[in-house]
Amino acid sequence: MQLASLSGNLLYFSFVAYLVATLFFGGAVKGAKTQESYKNNRWRKIAISITIIGFITHLGYFITRWIASAHAPVSNMFEFITAFAMMVVGAFILLFFLYRTPSLGLFALPLAVVMIGYASMFPRELTPLIPALQTHWLTIHVITAAMGEAILAISAVAGLVFLLKNIDLTKRSKQRFWLESVMFTLILVVGFILSSSTFAIMGYEAKFTYINKNEQTAQIVYNYPPLFGMNEYESLTPDKMTPLAEMPPIVNAKTLTTFVWSVATGIVLYLLLRLILRRPIAALFQPFAKKANSEVMDEIGYRSVLIGFPVFTLGALVFAMIWAHEAWSRFWGWDPKEVWALITWLFYAAYLHLRLSRGWEGEKSAWLAVIGFIIIMFNLIAVNLIIAGLHSYA
Amino acid sequence: MSKIKCQCGHENPFGTVLCEQCGRPQTDEARESKLIDMRYEGSARRSQTYKRSIVDKIWNFFSSVKVGINIIIAVLVTSAIGTIFPQKLFVPATTEADIFAYYEKHYGFAGTLYYKLGFYDMYNSWWFIILIGMLGTSIIIASVDRVIPLYKSLKKQRTKRHTSFLKKQRIYAEGVVADSNSSFDKAEEKLKELRYNVKIEEGALLAEKGRFSRWGPYVNHTGLIIFLFAVLLRTLPGFYVDETVWLREGETRAIPGAPGYYLKNNDFIIETYSKEEDAAFGQAIDRVGTIVKNFQSDVTLFKDPEGGLPGQSEQMEFVKDYSITVNNPLNFDGFNVYQMDYRLNELKSMTFQLMEKTTDKSFGEFTVDLLNPERLYELNEGAIVELLEFYPDFDGVEDGEPVTKSPIPNNPAFIFNMVTTAKPEGEKSFVAIRQTLETNVNDYEVKFVSAETRDITGLVVRKDKTLYLLLLGGIIFMIGVAQGSYWNHRRIWIQKGDGNELVLAGHTNKNWFSLKKELDKVKLYADLPQYEDRQETKFDDDGKKGDKS
Repeated sequence: MQLASLSGNLLYFSFVAYLVATLFFGGAVKGAKTQESYKNNRWRKIAISITIIGFITHLGYFITRWIASAHAPVSNMFEFITAFAMMVVGAFILLFFLYRTPSLGLFALPLAVVMIGYASMFPRELTPLIPALQTHWLTIHVITAAMGEAILAISAVAGLVFLLKNIDLTKRSKQRFWLESVMFTLILVVGFILSSSTFAIMGYEAKFTYINKNEQTAQIVYNYPPLFGMNEYESLTPDKMTPLAEMPPIVNAKTLTTFVWSVATGIVLYLLLRLILRRPIAALFQPFAKKANSEVMDEIGYRSVLIGFPVFTLGALVFAMIWAHEAWSRFWGWDPKEVWALITWLFYAAYLHLRLSRGWEGEKSAWLAVIGFIIIMFNLIAVNLIIAGLHSYA
Repeated sequence: MSKIKCQCGHENPFGTVLCEQCGRPQTDEARESKLIDMRYEGSARRSQTYKRSIVDKIWNFFSSVKVGINIIIAVLVTSAIGTIFPQKLFVPATTEADIFAYYEKHYGFAGTLYYKLGFYDMYNSWWFIILIGMLGTSIIIASVDRVIPLYKSLKKQRTKRHTSFLKKQRIYAEGVVADSNSSFDKAEEKLKELRYNVKIEEGALLAEKGRFSRWGPYVNHTGLIIFLFAVLLRTLPGFYVDETVWLREGETRAIPGAPGYYLKNNDFIIETYSKEEDAAFGQAIDRVGTIVKNFQSDVTLFKDPEGGLPGQSEQMEFVKDYSITVNNPLNFDGFNVYQMDYRLNELKSMTFQLMEKTTDKSFGEFTVDLLNPERLYELNEGAIVELLEFYPDFDGVEDGEPVTKSPIPNNPAFIFNMVTTAKPEGEKSFVAIRQTLETNVNDYEVKFVSAETRDITGLVVRKDKTLYLLLLGGIIFMIGVAQGSYWNHRRIWIQKGDGNELVLAGHTNKNWFSLKKELDKVKLYADLPQYEDRQETKFDDDGKKGDKS
């Protein structure tokens, strides 16, 4: 138990370290008056040092939790996403020492911060392994796959910097709209974290019984004020809010409630920011991307796909197939999670082939890298929570 | 077709863009462009050269990378559509009508459409299989079209290149240095130190490394083809066994798909985590309830003796005892037996007693084995119970006759004939769980005493002869993809001009940043002219130039 709480504190420390390091990277980029100072200034050195310290404590979290639970801490959403965030930071550190661009850190670290925040919204206690997970393939497959995805994520970060730098935000255009949509999506995630932690701090709980799709009575606990009720719900906590509408049995009204609350919070947050800033959110970040060299960003984007693609293939397809053969008797079963790993792989294969044809460099390539990351996130979040789960909004 | 003779005297195959030996541009387009297109070394590719016959057209179609990408995207999109609703194999229904009803009931109009369009069995549909076939064809043709000419021209390249070739490279420098001979020698030294293969010919230097990374794509494509071929093989009979067997505790059965082998289920075990033993997980156990720790079947494997008659179970030879768990299948003779499913507490036998109703006098107990029931049960004082009819899975009465749903004893029902010395003709009685029916009022009754249950384990038997081929394909793919991704093919040319003039050019298939870093080192050491990257300002114009790190 001691070890588990130490582990939690280490993760908390990393979270703060990444936040602080982001500020310093911001300083490194903003404060650079000349080319020389952009490359070599004190802010940058401090920023990367703090990042490395954060990464080491993050690794400490990972190892202590591994010892405490006696299995690799990659067995549920919280563990996987925090490990993924750790690897994103690791991949960033690797590429930073290859290319020494602070702009990359300025956008990679906030991504890690948001990911840790998002992960913390899932149950955090140590969970035992169900029989299917009791094998060393869990460690090998998940860690390799996450490493591959993390390196691919850096490609998206480089792509984002490229786009922020090169898209004219003063004029209305398709590019501006989509770039702003990416920003909006990130704010939605923040909206989820904010609303979820607010109600968690308030200790909100509403209990219901309902009839599930197998026509059996079941119980459910909401941590958000219930906007939508489950099929034929009956409240066990009448002092709490009554749902506004009842859903048919195939829709998970609790997930829907969480989703609507998060989106609503995100929209309010976005509108507030727009009101205060009086310009697109992307324009707020643009000055920080302006000093980056597009050529280098394009190269980082391509290089990280080149580095990440083989790792991803090995972890998410080859090792996955070997494990599937050991545990489920078939190496491939068209399970949605498998299919989406294949889709991710096909997507990056297409990216690599497109780089062969002229014109698919720079902006187009940057868009592809961002889309690739969206596919990875879709597989992580939507496939786990929606498709494989209850097909809530399908 | 005639050969193209270059000014340097080399005969190039028809369709060549850059002379294989000296690099002189052979087409007007290449002569006029500022930078030459170095892809595939400007070699003559079949697809770019022959465009007349139908074979040429098919070849050209599949050799195009653009077509290949479109096929990849098509596979990607169809695969994604296949995950919108669960596929047929995840739907708990067997007949087509039931499957259709399932989609309609759960997903309404969208589900109906999904079913009608055939998306519910996407990955076995003819169009998906055709797409995969096209992908395979494209991989083969596109690779062959490129790898052979690329190999030839890299093999034939000369150390000394024509200046027109060097001048059109992305990395280029020319200039007068203090002492061109010393710079030239120092460059050679430094390049060797950087692990380049250096060749020198008439005042010209070619430093090359990582050429083998150029073969990476073709190696990984070979791996993919082997993999796809293995998948194809699986559709042939005999390569692949996939059977399910349900084994009750204590039962021995022939293993389906593995003739001559028998499996006995000694015990089926389910364990769950407990807060006492697994204290670290206390919180999780509190939140979720029960969490399963282990599914396990303890089995014994037998086989027919050598030369013995098959199926004579008394003569089976013991092979081994094994505990099958989820990640540890039983392996024998190329077969794997997996723990896949289970059913708990199936009724095994029921014990009854024969009673006289008025006196509650018992004639003794008897036990009916629900899988192989005996017909006669002899009790005390000459009383006999005869089992006339047995309905293992009683499902009501149809046309005056009781019916059974299945041979599995889920809801057993019996018709007994009770024969005693007082009633030698016997009395008939229908006995089911919690009910007894009599046509006439009887003096005697069969009363339920107890039931015994046991667990059943669900095992899957697999044999897959293509596994090693699949694995081989995977390994070759990984080697190829690593080879192509983690190594770069770099070449640096340095040539002496008039007086102390030096000309320098560089090319790499990717990762220009590292090539430039290496060149910087050579330049510093050997005092070479400053090179220029003619694509550096591809994206940034001078007004918004960023860091050049």
